Amino acid sequence: MRRLLRRSELIGYLGLAVVLLVVFPLALDSFRLSLVSKYLCFAFVAVGVVLAWGYGGVLSLGQGLFFGFGGYFMAMFLKLEASAPELPDFMVWSSTEVLPWWWEPYHHFWVTLLSILVIPCLLAFPLAYAPFRKRVGGVYFAIITLALALAATVMVIGQQGYTGGANGITDFKTFHGWEIMSDRSHLVLYFVEVALLFVVMGASTFIVRSRLGKVLVAIRDSEDRVRFSGYDTALFKAFAFTAGALFASLGGAMYSIQVGLITPTLIGVVASVEMVIYAAVGGRTSVVGAVYGALLVGFSKSLFSENFATLWLFFIGGLFIFVVLFMPNGLAGVLGQFGKRRAPETAP
Amino acid sequence: MTPILSVENLSVSFDGFLAVDSLTFSVERDELRVVIGPNGAGKTTLLDMICGKTKPTQGRIRFKDIDLTPLGEHQIVRVGVGRKFQTPSTYEDLTVLENLEISYPRQRGVLGSLFFRRTPPIADRIREVAAEVYLADQLETKAGALSHGQKQWLEIGMLLMQRPELMLLDEPVAGMSHRERELTADLLKKISHGRSLVVIEHDMEFVKAIARKVTVLHQGKLLSEGPLEQIQNDERVIDVYLGH
Repeated sequence: MRRLLRRSELIGYLGLAVVLLVVFPLALDSFRLSLVSKYLCFAFVAVGVVLAWGYGGVLSLGQGLFFGFGGYFMAMFLKLEASAPELPDFMVWSSTEVLPWWWEPYHHFWVTLLSILVIPCLLAFPLAYAPFRKRVGGVYFAIITLALALAATVMVIGQQGYTGGANGITDFKTFHGWEIMSDRSHLVLYFVEVALLFVVMGASTFIVRSRLGKVLVAIRDSEDRVRFSGYDTALFKAFAFTAGALFASLGGAMYSIQVGLITPTLIGVVASVEMVIYAAVGGRTSVVGAVYGALLVGFSKSLFSENFATLWLFFIGGLFIFVVLFMPNGLAGVLGQFGKRRAPETAP
Repeated sequence: MTPILSVENLSVSFDGFLAVDSLTFSVERDELRVVIGPNGAGKTTLLDMICGKTKPTQGRIRFKDIDLTPLGEHQIVRVGVGRKFQTPSTYEDLTVLENLEISYPRQRGVLGSLFFRRTPPIADRIREVAAEVYLADQLETKAGALSHGQKQWLEIGMLLMQRPELMLLDEPVAGMSHRERELTADLLKKISHGRSLVVIEHDMEFVKAIARKVTVLHQGKLLSEGPLEQIQNDERVIDVYLGH
């Protein structure tokens, strides 16, 4: 049975590679393809949610916060390049006269990249380890993350002169002098994104398969028992949460550079809950499933908001309830069941 | 020789209720000690305090030369104390093999477990322990699919993987058939060589099969202690426990 599971996962990977690398680039026009690159940014977050929630049992309703780190850092770099040597336009409008000191490092790409990778981890790890150490978890931790996402939104909107406020940071067109808003660059960035996504999926699959992954499953089953096997369970859960934060940040960075803007809405509560739904739809214990989930929900979101814009939130709420009630393991669970049922027939 | 475990003047109260009251007792090396007593005597609470699950309000617990009271659960496990719970707690979503593998006492850090490989010596050790706890042919079975008695054995196997010097077993034969009880008695006698065991048990027949020295608790206090024959003839013990 374990072998079958691996095979179905392999099929999932291959299918995804074909769809993302061949079918979409050939079949979709540049507008639709740019939508796909947007959905894939959320797929990064969804893969992280699978690790943190599906395996670590840590439900975060504030992944938007980490998505925002990556997104804003990348946007700050691009905005400085776009407005150099002047101040960014929104600062001028809010009569900020000198560039704030904490904007300075984002003149350099390597510093930007480093902050995208490191700062979310530096924040996420203690944020998770301290409460888990004190045995605060589950719903209470989810509420903490929810509150943080909310606080971050309020802060970003309030500090308009430094953050661009409710409009976010937008209007940047080049990356090291390279035009990023043309169809051709979109295509290049799309392939970079897909490659990066596969790296993230590969790393997650490695983690899940390792002893660490099994310890995480064991913690989900019976955390007390794991402590009595000599593990510091808080450390393991914090690791899963931190990995989730890192992946979300990568997704955010890819978002800014491809879509050309980042706004507080994307890091807020509604966005954060949607990110959990992507993982739930795909199957919260399936790394590949998370990407399918993000694509599926992304497409239906576009479809709905093009036709009946106001109904979208009702639809996604209904979808979440449906998945939780009838497909607790999401798409991956349904397909796995199908495979299991067929297995006896094909066995010798 | 110093005892492997010594409990000195230990008390714990839950909202004013003294579950364990100034208890002092000790366990020697290589000893198999059975703790009996009526419900609410504080037996499970005593084990909870030794393994760090419950913090005592007063008193000290020493294991060899280490003071256990300030340590966390996982640290107590790492110095060599293993705990089996009353209701079998195994990892139901993992196989017997994976359950035992997780209990292997190396690479228990985050990075260590990320790059853990099941080397031949580890695989041998897993098979050896599985055979000891009568689960040699169940290695690929999910723990959730085992019978109640087999789960009890698996949990004992998980402790054995850690090679603890002191094992704390809370009602290891609860819910077992007669045959399984016999096998478990054999198992406990076998694993008590070279290590100390503290076993809580209600079933007097099973106690007779394994016990050398017995400690009787009553209302959080030590009521009596000694060889089984002496305990069975102790008026106070018959009064509060054996009599009914």
